[in-house]
Amino acid sequence: MMACLLEAPLRISVLSEVTATSRHYVDRLFDPDPQNVLQGVIDMKNAVIGNNKQKANLIVLGAVPRLLYLLQQSSSSLELRTECAVVLGSLAMGTENNIKSLVDCHIIPALLQGLLCSDLIFIEACLRCLRTVFISPVTPVQLLYTDPTVIPHLMSLLSRSRHTKEYITQIFAHCCKTPEHQTVLFNHSAIQNIAPLLISPSDKVRMQALKCFSVLAYENTQVSMTLVNVLVDGEQLSQVFVRMMQRDKPIEMQLTAAKCLTYMCRAGAIRTDDNCIILKTLPCLVRMCSKERLLEERVEGAETLAYLMEPDVELQRIASFTDHLVSMLADYFKYPSSVSAITDIKRLDHDLKHAHELRQAAFKLYASLGSNDEDIRKKITETENMMDRIVSGLSESSIKVRLAAVRCLHSLSRSVQQLRTSFHDHAVWKPLMKLLQNAPDEVLVMASSTLCNLLLEFSPSKEPILDSGVIELLCSLTQSDSPALRVNGIWALMNMAFQADQKVKVEIVRALGTEQLFRLLSDPDTNVLMKTLGLLRNLLSTRPHIDQIMSSHGKQIMQAVTLILEGEHSIEVKEQTLCILANIADGNTAKELIMTNDDMLQKIKYYMGHSNVKLQLAATFCISNLIWNEEDGSQERQDKLKDMGFVDILHKLTQASDPNLCDRAKTAMQQYLA
Amino acid sequence: MSGPSSGCGFLMSVVVHGDLALNEQEKDLNQRLRRLYPAVNEEETPLPRSWSPKDKFSYIGLSQNNLRVHYKGHGKTPKDAASVRATHPIPAACGVYYFEVKIISKGRDGYVKYMGIGLSAQGVNMNRLPGWDKHSYGYHGDDGHSFCSSGTGQPYGPTFTTGDVIGCCVNLINNTCFYTKNGHSLGIAFTDLPPNLYPTVGLQTPGEVVDANFGQHPFVFDIEDYMREWRTKIQAQIDRFPIGEREGEWQAMIQKMVASYLVHHSYCATAEVFAKSTDQAVHEELASIKNRQKIQKLVLSGRMGEAIETTQQLYPSLLELNPDLLFMLKVRQFIEMVNGTDSEVRCLGGRSPKSQDSYPGSPRLFNSPVHKASSSQTYQTGFDSNYCNGVSSSKGHTLAHSHKSCPRTMPSPELGVLNGSRGQQTNVGAEVEMEVDHFSNGVSESSSNGFLNGSSTHGIDLEECDGDMEVDSAQSKRQLCGGSQAAIERMIQFGRELQSMSEHLRRERGKNSANKKMLKDAFSLLAYSDPWISPVGYQLDSIRREPVCSTLNSAILETHNLPKQPPLALAVGQAAQCLSLMARTGSGSCAFASVDDYLH
Repeated sequence: MMACLLEAPLRISVLSEVTATSRHYVDRLFDPDPQNVLQGVIDMKNAVIGNNKQKANLIVLGAVPRLLYLLQQSSSSLELRTECAVVLGSLAMGTENNIKSLVDCHIIPALLQGLLCSDLIFIEACLRCLRTVFISPVTPVQLLYTDPTVIPHLMSLLSRSRHTKEYITQIFAHCCKTPEHQTVLFNHSAIQNIAPLLISPSDKVRMQALKCFSVLAYENTQVSMTLVNVLVDGEQLSQVFVRMMQRDKPIEMQLTAAKCLTYMCRAGAIRTDDNCIILKTLPCLVRMCSKERLLEERVEGAETLAYLMEPDVELQRIASFTDHLVSMLADYFKYPSSVSAITDIKRLDHDLKHAHELRQAAFKLYASLGSNDEDIRKKITETENMMDRIVSGLSESSIKVRLAAVRCLHSLSRSVQQLRTSFHDHAVWKPLMKLLQNAPDEVLVMASSTLCNLLLEFSPSKEPILDSGVIELLCSLTQSDSPALRVNGIWALMNMAFQADQKVKVEIVRALGTEQLFRLLSDPDTNVLMKTLGLLRNLLSTRPHIDQIMSSHGKQIMQAVTLILEGEHSIEVKEQTLCILANIADGNTAKELIMTNDDMLQKIKYYMGHSNVKLQLAATFCISNLIWNEEDGSQERQDKLKDMGFVDILHKLTQASDPNLCDRAKTAMQQYLA
Repeated sequence: MSGPSSGCGFLMSVVVHGDLALNEQEKDLNQRLRRLYPAVNEEETPLPRSWSPKDKFSYIGLSQNNLRVHYKGHGKTPKDAASVRATHPIPAACGVYYFEVKIISKGRDGYVKYMGIGLSAQGVNMNRLPGWDKHSYGYHGDDGHSFCSSGTGQPYGPTFTTGDVIGCCVNLINNTCFYTKNGHSLGIAFTDLPPNLYPTVGLQTPGEVVDANFGQHPFVFDIEDYMREWRTKIQAQIDRFPIGEREGEWQAMIQKMVASYLVHHSYCATAEVFAKSTDQAVHEELASIKNRQKIQKLVLSGRMGEAIETTQQLYPSLLELNPDLLFMLKVRQFIEMVNGTDSEVRCLGGRSPKSQDSYPGSPRLFNSPVHKASSSQTYQTGFDSNYCNGVSSSKGHTLAHSHKSCPRTMPSPELGVLNGSRGQQTNVGAEVEMEVDHFSNGVSESSSNGFLNGSSTHGIDLEECDGDMEVDSAQSKRQLCGGSQAAIERMIQFGRELQSMSEHLRRERGKNSANKKMLKDAFSLLAYSDPWISPVGYQLDSIRREPVCSTLNSAILETHNLPKQPPLALAVGQAAQCLSLMARTGSGSCAFASVDDYLH
């Protein structure tokens, strides 16, 4: 009521245009004689059917609160209440503004209340109106779940008639949008109640029931696991879905059934090598991508297919040769086509609206197809203008397209061959760098991850990227709140430092700053820590570099190493740290930082006797570097270490069962013999 | 030492078992082919069932009922390539055709595994792989390329090797072809295919072995699902066929066709009501329709003597001018005498002929001679099911069943009212009402014919049942001429007359093999102690009255310069004919447009 009153200014402005007849209809709702009121509502019903202007007029004139009042009054006759519900349902069929007005007048609780009535005809009228309101995008779906008694009551009404089945399943299918909604419906036996409707004689009921299952099963393991065990008329649910995918069934039904099976498969309820996936769902989804289908269907088909095969290389291989899928997807980029612009504006408008969606769906599917198999990646990059399309996709205005394009690029960047060829030829690093300047986190994660691959040593794009000031950018990523971005930032730096020039290394250390470097060494995310150690290791390679860096940052690095070796860390982390130490031991002057640190030498001794062979190896390697003969002062170091008992340990290790460790120890011992 | 003998026994049993398995496979094959390609008339266009031992290059060896192909050449150069074609080309009436080839062995190591699966026209060189020449198409295993009448291939699909099952599907509606690998469709390979292609396989490596499946086993790929899609497409095309601006014309034409059909088969009451409600003129006098109706009913109830007499009265010159027709009627009369149904023998048998007609059914819906055997067979089934309310009572073995169903039909008095006072509004009402009952009995047919005339049919049914019950209760089993000695004598005498008539005819008009056979078949009935269960007993079936009835009706109409076939039947016949013509000229869509689907 309150909300309706708020619209008063609007009412005045439009009032002049409102015809007298509209006002007359509303006036009759206030007639003292109930019989006249009923006739008035019936006349109103006939007047508004298919007449959007009339609907808007009546809403402006305040018919809705009065109709709701009459509908809720227990003194109203059942006939009147039913007719009121019918008229309200008719008003809801109009524009989105109509729906907004109805929702603002609290039509939903009123109609839900009406469902408690025992009369089926009235219930059906209320449900029909509720259905129309709930399937509108402007209605908050949460309104269905505010009152906890509503869902169980709807479940109990479900089987009352063909119409209750259709409307209620349609409401569920539209209002199940979150895992919480799924759980509420699941806990109220939605599966058991809706499953029998899949074999209903009514096409509409079957279709809505099927949609319910697709929204219930989406990314929901509990629902999916339950679904595989459901029998409908003695038949497994998955087989019912398979039948719904037959090629003579309506496209919407085929597509929705394929979604159900896809979600069940992704939840682990159906194996990916099950015939119903490999021979039915996958080909059905490929068919949905064909040119014969509507643009919306092609988008949904491609997205679902991408999701289905994402984790399974065998499905990716099959899809890659099914019905020319890879080249079929190239067509997704041809909207709006030059033809549509010429033929008619309506078509152009339609194409434009779907063009973004089509492009992002195609990128997603390419990304999924190419995520594992080198041959498929090659096939994708060889598709007409593929790299150009990705490049332009990276700078599209739509975030969805940009994200999908970078996902696709990321998937293809796992190929050494593509990095060496097409990626370089098309200078994909340029738009990628641009994308990294200013993008939402999800795009940044993908883009930086792709950049990691582009910075691999063998990638010809590495040089131009370095020249474009990427180091500052990556360093700033390491300061992100998102662990994924921190990992990618430091990872990219690590790749960049691998066998890099002195200049680059110095620049990395400078840009990152030792403070940040040590912050990363205490990062709560193990991945970040590992990559940071990897970076350090890459920085500390080749003797002059080691000495140079250690001379300026030796103290802090030794501190950090000590800290990690003393802390609670995984074997991998400690191994990596010992490797860094071994690198330091390889330096000319840097060695002294270890030799003069008895505490550190004790630590190395400890790890040489560790139960883990990897750690023993790394520690032995370190000692081996320290006692290496050809270098200045090797005699003193050998003596000192001998005094500390290292020779005995080395001797013991020459008897080790691990051949690598044994060899390493023998090599070290030889330094003493020479 | 029972070893050798038991070994021998074992071998024998294997052979026998093999034969059995073979028959089983044969049965499976026939069943599957019928299900997949129901529109194919195999007498005209046989389906491929195996590779042809006559249509292959010498380097090809066949085994396992000509389903297994192996290579026995040198396999050194492309000159050693060898192919084999199937026994028959793919008939267009398949609509969608499919076969699979399983790679049993990819051949000896050290060779490139050239192997092609595809299609070729008759006469294409067999010393080549499919795809290399004009009118030849292939998908090759070594590189996964498709070859479209050319020595250079196009990238098409994955490679294939031992254990893979490669399928080849020809769509004869849009003349395209796609392949499958292990049940997965690879997409269109060829377009604009010519007609009459043969399944073909080509090998070029020593040791290569492949097995074909032309329907002997279930296919790996779900071809039936693909066919469903095309059936739906074709049917939607038919349903949405544009009639444009001529919508009114269309309706008028259909009404005219229905009216003429009713008139043709002398459903006078219905015809008149229909004409009235659709504002049409009836092009034949009512009296004339009634006359034809009367004669038809006599023929259909087996009372041929009366039928001939009535025809002679009403249309004096008709039979004189058509001695062959008269002869046919007389032969039928002879058969009815054997049956004990002809009026002449009925009198002698002590049963006065009923004044009421006793033929149960309406004339067959469409008995135009245009129909092929296969299609009219289906009509017959439809017709038979019309009979579930007692019409089949003339067949002895279903008698008991028929009696049971009789009481469910309408009582006979209604019929009199209906037929007697046609055209009056009240009776139209009565008819409709009866129609409703008729439906609630659950025995109705949904054809418009059944709807409009079903009611009168039912009335007569009861009559027929009564008659048969009488016969049955009096005599424990069917007897010649109703069991009366006098009737038998009359029948034999009539037979002699018939014989002399036949001789007379031959003298006058020369030999007529149809007449001769007709007479011979009829006389053969007497050679059996129980003619009803004899090999020629089918003649006694009341269904056999229908062609006679329809021929006579057409002859009468022709003398009045009216078409001897109703336009409706003509249209149906034309549609059926059109479909078989489409099959012959290579339009595959005929596979999914059966006329029967539209006649219920």
